Amino acid sequence: MFSYEFMRNAFAAGTIIAIICGIMGVFVIARNMSFLTHTLSEIGFSGAAFGVFAGWAPLNGMLLFTVVSSVIVGQLSARSERREAATSAISALFIGLGILFLSLANKNASYATSILFGSVIGISAGDVQQMLWLSLLVLVVVFVIYRFLKFDSFDHTGARVKGLWTNALSITFLVLLALSVSVAAQIVGSLLIFILLTLPAATAKYFAHTVGGMMVLAITLALVGVWSGLVLSYATNFPVSFFIAAIEAIFYFIALGWQRLQTAE
Amino acid sequence: MESAPILKLEHLGVTFPNHPVFDDLNLTIRQGEMWSIIGKNGVGKTTLMRTILHQLHPTHGKISYLPSQGDVKIGYVPQFRNIDADYPLTIKDFVGLNLTGWKLPWLSAKERAKVQKILDQTGLKQLAKRPIGQASGGEKQKAYLAQALVEAPNLLILDESTASLDPVTKTELLDLVTELNQRLKLTVLFVTHDIPMAQKYTQHYLMMTPGKVEQGPIANLTTEKVWEGENV
Ligand SMILES: Nc1ncnc2c1ncn2[C@@H]1O[C@H](COP(=O)(O)OP(=O)(O)O)[C@@H](O)[C@H]1O
Ligand SMILES: [Mg+2]
Repeated sequence: MFSYEFMRNAFAAGTIIAIICGIMGVFVIARNMSFLTHTLSEIGFSGAAFGVFAGWAPLNGMLLFTVVSSVIVGQLSARSERREAATSAISALFIGLGILFLSLANKNASYATSILFGSVIGISAGDVQQMLWLSLLVLVVVFVIYRFLKFDSFDHTGARVKGLWTNALSITFLVLLALSVSVAAQIVGSLLIFILLTLPAATAKYFAHTVGGMMVLAITLALVGVWSGLVLSYATNFPVSFFIAAIEAIFYFIALGWQRLQTAE
Repeated sequence: MESAPILKLEHLGVTFPNHPVFDDLNLTIRQGEMWSIIGKNGVGKTTLMRTILHQLHPTHGKISYLPSQGDVKIGYVPQFRNIDADYPLTIKDFVGLNLTGWKLPWLSAKERAKVQKILDQTGLKQLAKRPIGQASGGEKQKAYLAQALVEAPNLLILDESTASLDPVTKTELLDLVTELNQRLKLTVLFVTHDIPMAQKYTQHYLMMTPGKVEQGPIANLTTEKVWEGENV
């Protein structure tokens, strides 16, 4: 399996993605942003389609669209109920645009499929390198602002009354999330990216006792899903995103069941 | 002997659009004093505290901090808090959240010792590993208090921290605050609408009623205005 260059690239990319998603996922869950993550991935789809249309690499189109829209969403996020409705409208608009760009680009349908559902064979060594740099950027920023981000994510009231720059933090986090979405979409596709950004962390929440522990567990669960997804996909020729989605969902349901048992006692 | 003043409000007023909250408030708070800020819901207690914290700009007047030594550091325990019951955040982690700054993600040995000391002082030692979401109401209030204390403030503001507690837990929390006040010369502003508690634990009172703010011995204050409409 590793004798093929594309499989080596896919494993490298998958590993990077799992680490980024495990770490960012913990904050996504703590900040209650699953829904927004979903929308960002749809915006990412539109951006990738635009990239194809404009003759760029899809990743660059994605980066442009998700980063710009995350800043906009951050500005309008004052009231959360309104944010949900506004976010739905934005996401509908962007999916529509994505379909338009794809049809304008006149590419065959397999392009759309790989953007939406991800692909293993499409990843070059150059892609892996770009993903690595972007991920490092995300990790370094998270490392630097970690204490502020943790306070604001797990105790927003406490952070606010302390006078932390919570709005700037929120926008910074959204931009980081946009970068992560774009990176992760390369393998699992934009339709399923929110799975890796939410499910491993949501599962870890039920088993871990500390934030650090939650992060380690989320990374582990993401890694297990991505690696076994790749192996199974290679062995069966079924799409990798199917396996990743199924594995992460199973972990999540096990966690819910476990939680039930705990509280039932 | 009177101790050094640390906070002075002069002619302080806050007006929200079309809604004056208080006006011409004058107050001097000295180091080590325990004050009750009394008034019924909606009268502007939290607004006053947020102004003292510089989260709101006063419409008139000014606030001066007069530290006898170093900065005035304020620890504020807010009235409302929103924490997910499922978070894997232990009480110890929760207290440590307040140690922010451009530092490494993990706490240093010195910082961990600081957290441990506060946990001991607030009687949370046994509960350090309990997830904050699963703590009882009184334990949560203690954890909030500990979080505010970990930064070593010289002014502590408790915004209705006892409002949702049963009488025994209430007393326990305020005994703890009194002990900290005596041991560390911590200045305390206790925001409440509970007059018996205020009388039991504090020596200084600020009574807020719509359109009027009074201070002085509690017997001289128009307490019945506070009781009105309050289901005590
Ligand atoms: N940000 C705000 N904008 C406008 N009005 C406000 C704001 N915050 C509080 N108020 C109003 O000011 C009054 C005082 O509120 P508050 O200080 O919270 O009262 P208390 O803490 O004494 O219960 C209330 O009528 C409240 O509705
Ligand atoms: Mg209040």
